Amino acid sequence: MKTKTGVRGGIGQSVRRVDGVPKVKGEFEYASDLRRDGMLWGETVRSPHPHARIKAIDIRAALESPGVRAVLLAGDVPGKKTYGLDAQDQPVLAWDVVRFAGEPVALVAAEQPEQAKQAATKIVVDYEVLSPVTEMEAALQADAPKLHPQGNVVRQLRVIHGDPEAEAEVWVEGTYETGMQDQAPLGPEAGLAVPAEDGGVDLYIATQWLHADLEQIAPCLNLPPEKVRLNLSGVGGAFGAREDVSMQIHACMLALRTQRPVKIAYGRQESFYGHVHRHPSRIWMRHGATRDGKLINVQAKLLVDGGAYTSTSPAVIGNATTFAAGPYAVPNARLEGTAVFTNNPPCGAMRGFGAVQACFAYEAQMDKLARAVNLHPIEVRLKNALKTGDVLPTGQRVTGAAPVRDLLSRCAALPMPPAESPLDRDRMLIPGGAGNVGHGEALTRGVGFAAGYKNLAYSEGFDDSSEAWVRLSVDQEGPLAEVKTAAVDVGQGLDTIVTQVVRTELGVQRVLVRQPDTAIGSAGSSSASRQTMMTGGAVQLACQAVRDEVLRRAGTSIIPDPLDEYLRPPIEATRVFRHRRTGKLDADGQGDPHVSFAFGAARAVVEVDTELGLVRVVQLAVSQDVGRALNPQSVRGQIEGGSAQGLGLALMEEIELKDGKIRNASFTDYLLPTILDMPPVVSDLVEEPEPGLPYGAKGVGEPSTVVVPAAIVAALRAATGRELPRAPVKPDELVGIR
Amino acid sequence: MRTNVNGEWREADIWPGASLLTLLRDAFGLTGSKNACEQGECGSCSVWLDGELVCACLVLAAQAHDRQVRTVESVADGQRMSAVQDAFVEAGAVQCGFCTPGFVVAVTHLLAQDPNPNEVQVREALSGNICRCTGYAKILDAVTLAASRLREDR
Repeated sequence: MKTKTGVRGGIGQSVRRVDGVPKVKGEFEYASDLRRDGMLWGETVRSPHPHARIKAIDIRAALESPGVRAVLLAGDVPGKKTYGLDAQDQPVLAWDVVRFAGEPVALVAAEQPEQAKQAATKIVVDYEVLSPVTEMEAALQADAPKLHPQGNVVRQLRVIHGDPEAEAEVWVEGTYETGMQDQAPLGPEAGLAVPAEDGGVDLYIATQWLHADLEQIAPCLNLPPEKVRLNLSGVGGAFGAREDVSMQIHACMLALRTQRPVKIAYGRQESFYGHVHRHPSRIWMRHGATRDGKLINVQAKLLVDGGAYTSTSPAVIGNATTFAAGPYAVPNARLEGTAVFTNNPPCGAMRGFGAVQACFAYEAQMDKLARAVNLHPIEVRLKNALKTGDVLPTGQRVTGAAPVRDLLSRCAALPMPPAESPLDRDRMLIPGGAGNVGHGEALTRGVGFAAGYKNLAYSEGFDDSSEAWVRLSVDQEGPLAEVKTAAVDVGQGLDTIVTQVVRTELGVQRVLVRQPDTAIGSAGSSSASRQTMMTGGAVQLACQAVRDEVLRRAGTSIIPDPLDEYLRPPIEATRVFRHRRTGKLDADGQGDPHVSFAFGAARAVVEVDTELGLVRVVQLAVSQDVGRALNPQSVRGQIEGGSAQGLGLALMEEIELKDGKIRNASFTDYLLPTILDMPPVVSDLVEEPEPGLPYGAKGVGEPSTVVVPAAIVAALRAATGRELPRAPVKPDELVGIR
Repeated sequence: MRTNVNGEWREADIWPGASLLTLLRDAFGLTGSKNACEQGECGSCSVWLDGELVCACLVLAAQAHDRQVRTVESVADGQRMSAVQDAFVEAGAVQCGFCTPGFVVAVTHLLAQDPNPNEVQVREALSGNICRCTGYAKILDAVTLAASRLREDR
């Protein structure tokens, strides 16, 4: 890389975050901090029933409530009545049937937030309560009530590979489940819609993908896209929760109706109802192998609960099914996946996106196989590890880096935590900490391993390109590079990576990343571990075009120093980055669906108090295939944070449903890992540059979340000898071992 | 009601049942204290009330009448960040940043009480602050870094 000497903070360095200072000072403006003079507050009325027919809605009392400026129902939606990222089947406001508890049915705008809340309670909805379909298998019965015209199957696919009837010497079998996890970004959903003089609307919003929001909002408002302008506000985490629209259309409708700025800001409870969750899964698998542990045949049937609407379920079950054999060379397979509609809350994107659920099942199977053939868990994985050139069950050949063997060996060799005496230690280091009423008499340790993988960027033929604009100018302080994209820094540090790319490509120290909006072309979503390669790639291309012009003006072959005299007039370039084309799957699940893959391996060391069922994760070790670490500190931060969310799924995080209703919509009842729950994470970066990606860098956000749940539960099985087929593992599944 | 916020007496006409967090954010426009759970579980709204560390969402605005409130906005000395703030940026302890103001306040409070806490003490002291992004490793690094710099300064 030709980085000009003297320029600090290019790629490969652990550069400080560009938004770090305002964030530590409390000055960074998040969507929930937005304010405007004359602003109204919007409130959403939601169905308390998971399945009901709306017979009538009486809004008269609400309209007369103090401070109320508008009450809107489905009939007030100016255009298309439904939205959605894939199928547009989710009502902006329900009009005939509600399909989940929490579904929006009415909106209120009032002068003060309390007035809006008060008025919302005065809206009387007359429901005919219908019996909810809350179990996946029940939803698939022929006589189940049809929740949508096409029935209760969101997507069904099968992957047939080799000879799925192939015989094996050893078979292992199991059925595994994962619960419904919440992304729980700390910043609740919020946004501010401001009516514009041209009859349009400006929306200030925390989202993951401005243009996907725009494409869904504009038709519902019956406005041309150019009259709906989205401006990114500060995003307090996302993890998939902001992939789907939440309050965007609602705030715009209220602003257009009242011709006043309208803010909607969810509280934590409403946030649990207002965004999609990680799909619960039930996965049956049967693995056949030779007596010495070489995989011959993998059979899988995967069910995921998509809840009430389509959201991204088709892609989630596509991932889960195509990854169901794991990062292993498997000659024969039959993998069948089904995403189901139920009256549970809608499920969609969350970090790991289908790969997490599959990994939990196939890695439990690999451990069963290891026991059946009397091999160490690492041995059986090494024996079957996928490598570059191997063919996946979809028929896709792995052309990029696939250092699975390396990851496994390196992860297994990472330093183990020291042994600790059960009795002679700080009480906080006993499972359960200060809450443990014992004295460490019944502690047992276990070690578990997992390997897994995940696609980078969108799959199955989707062209999720990214556009970037770069301008190089000069002022009193010297050269200045400005960058603009529509790509969202949700907290992962994209703006910093973009800054590093510009410094490296242009050799300019001062870089200004402008606030994203929809005036520039789409950058695609900040999801699927894709922004570093996609928007990083677009910025690199735009910088290269700018650099070419500098060199033309200077008549040199390297960037001149000083540069100033060549920057009048300033140089601008806009470029689009596209990943290689992928293809759809055929009827047997064959094709070329994925752009590229990131692999990971994890080792968990756990300690269980078998009398109380309490767990302490002593250490996590993660080796991850990162291609090239553009900002090593930030990469490790992603691995550590992804590991924490994996620990949450393994041990505590679950949206608990009863008859389709969420029972724990708060941080008091939905447990998140705290600093006492998180062990040290030993992260190991395996750098094997990926051909065809900018700087060879792979996305790094997801693999740790994919592998850590499986590794922790494997360690619990090793410690307790129990089957533990379901995550999260709760204390009552671990008590009474001896 | 009147309350002293970051050294300045301020008055507000607010429903007495409102929380101190609402008073700070909506009446005084001090949005550095965050509204993540509003149940006292996440610590994102950590402030000092008469020097005591509290979750502003669990304190009634009325309880702050005639008392001293210090918020995250008072931690930096103008443009100069505190050692804790600087350590958070340097250690990579900030991702989305929504929990960060609460952590900055809680860590500042901890190190004022105990300049040399061990790791278990740090974990215990910060167990009321939830971070969803970092997995806490770099937050621990930041506390260690800030503590050592503060001790050097003494």
